[in-house]
Amino acid sequence: MDAVDREVNSSALVASIRKERRGASSSSFVLDVSLEAASGITILFGASGAGKSTLLDCLGGLVHPDAGKIVVGENVLFDSAANIQLLPQKRCIAYVFQSLALFPHLTVEENIEYGLAAIPEQDRRARVAEILEAFRVDKLRNQKPGEISGGERQRTALARSLVTAPRVLLLDEPLTGLDAELKAAIVEDLRAWNAARRIPILYVTHSREEVDALGERVIVIDNGRVVSHGVPMDVLDAPRRKRLAQTAGFENLLIATVLDLREPDGVMRIRLGESTCEIEVPLAHARVGDRVEVAIRAGDILLATERPRGLSARNILEGRIVSLERRGAMMKAQVDCGVMFIVHITPGAVRALELSAAKQVWLVLKTHSCHLVE
Amino acid sequence: MNSLWLSFELAGCVAAILLVIGMPVAYWLAYSSWRGKFLLESIVALPLVLPPTVLGFYALVAMGPRGPLGKLWATFFGHGLAFTFSGLVLASVVYSFPFAVQPLMVSFEAVDRKLLDASAVLGAGRWRTFRRIILPLSLPGVVTALVLSFAHTLGEFGVVLMVGGNLAGVTRTVSIDIYDRVQSLEYGEANHLALILLAIAFAVLCLVYAVNRRVWTPWTAK
Repeated sequence: MDAVDREVNSSALVASIRKERRGASSSSFVLDVSLEAASGITILFGASGAGKSTLLDCLGGLVHPDAGKIVVGENVLFDSAANIQLLPQKRCIAYVFQSLALFPHLTVEENIEYGLAAIPEQDRRARVAEILEAFRVDKLRNQKPGEISGGERQRTALARSLVTAPRVLLLDEPLTGLDAELKAAIVEDLRAWNAARRIPILYVTHSREEVDALGERVIVIDNGRVVSHGVPMDVLDAPRRKRLAQTAGFENLLIATVLDLREPDGVMRIRLGESTCEIEVPLAHARVGDRVEVAIRAGDILLATERPRGLSARNILEGRIVSLERRGAMMKAQVDCGVMFIVHITPGAVRALELSAAKQVWLVLKTHSCHLVE
Repeated sequence: MNSLWLSFELAGCVAAILLVIGMPVAYWLAYSSWRGKFLLESIVALPLVLPPTVLGFYALVAMGPRGPLGKLWATFFGHGLAFTFSGLVLASVVYSFPFAVQPLMVSFEAVDRKLLDASAVLGAGRWRTFRRIILPLSLPGVVTALVLSFAHTLGEFGVVLMVGGNLAGVTRTVSIDIYDRVQSLEYGEANHLALILLAIAFAVLCLVYAVNRRVWTPWTAK
């Protein structure tokens, strides 16, 4: 490990948290996670209700964990064993809520100044001016949050949090409701700001697109537990949990039986459901006869009107179109191959292939587009 | 007209005192998570349902020369509390308490909790959060509390009669004056004063409803 890495890790956020929450229907929810976030953006990904916001509330000091420890660099913010519990005011953690929580009666500039009460006037002016510019809101300084656009409010909220020079930044779905271009521009400004400071940023989202756009590292949370972590490609393209697969946008989730293992080739054959369809998928820890679940994206399936020849893809299934319906810019086809598949195709392809209900088609699946769900 | 000014003076004192002591009570009621909170809430609301004569009776007993309040007051000021302006203020504060505390409490509760969380995360303590966030956003509630406790004190009769009696220039408030004049068949004079009270009551309610419609709070444009 070189010097830079060691410096980075010395300011990392390391936390293990346990928090039980009783719901109204006496069903209790337990958050029980351990995580480490080095400098840069770490994405917390999971469905709504997975516990992401509770986790951020615990880190920010707004909710007291039942047990655990939270450390930033060498500062202990919370330690149930040592009875340490810093107030949110003392944590040097910035937290941008989903609702942004801008103060409606204060101007953009007053909002941004709010966290700098303890700093001498002159210093404060300079820091406010700097951050107003870094997040491109200097022209709005005298406007109230109710008078500016959604994107401008999000920029203001980021500026207000970051002007305090925090040691960690928590972002709870701060860019929801913005179009992709605007989102990318704001994220760019955030990255630029963090390039010099290199603090850990925990970015909560349930949007797969944001994970792809931001992704350096991702931690996947489901039902209060960390189920997976790593770089987005590894974590999200080989889903380990069924619910995760659904969140991550795998439209086809099929139950299958393992027929035989071909270890030299790194593959195994499985039979889908009760049908006669057999496909080849990547080898997993399974035995012949085991029941497994396989997740396939609708967009990863090719569709042909004649039996394809000379393809590298190993899985070709014959079926019949059941229905075709428009979904935004693409068409969703349901194809019955003994088990039902959902396939996404472009409207142009539908016209060119003269696809219609009851038409006979062949589906082509690449082995590595079939992800096993453990 | 003497009695009118006396009433204004009394109502002004009471509204000012209630604003000061009402705020911490309302703050506690709005944000405490103590289970027994309903007890205090009930005590605060008690003057709403209690007949004024009952309240006035106990106030008189407490303030009398043998009552605990009366004795305490006498040791500091050398005279009793009953049938004095100070005694009237004290009893009126109790009587109008819910009219100050409830609007404050409701408006404190209505402030978005996320704003308070944001304030805490930005390093502000409770006092700064209250001064910079809660209070400005509760302005309609503060105006309502002031105006209602003022108006309610202006119109009180039973408590004043029990505690203050009817001493011209000291405890004869406008509502007692009106009663007096009706008793002595001076209907013209009584009508004069009554009309003024009616006009004030109407103006006050207009003000309360207007601030609570947020006619003057531009930041709710969102």
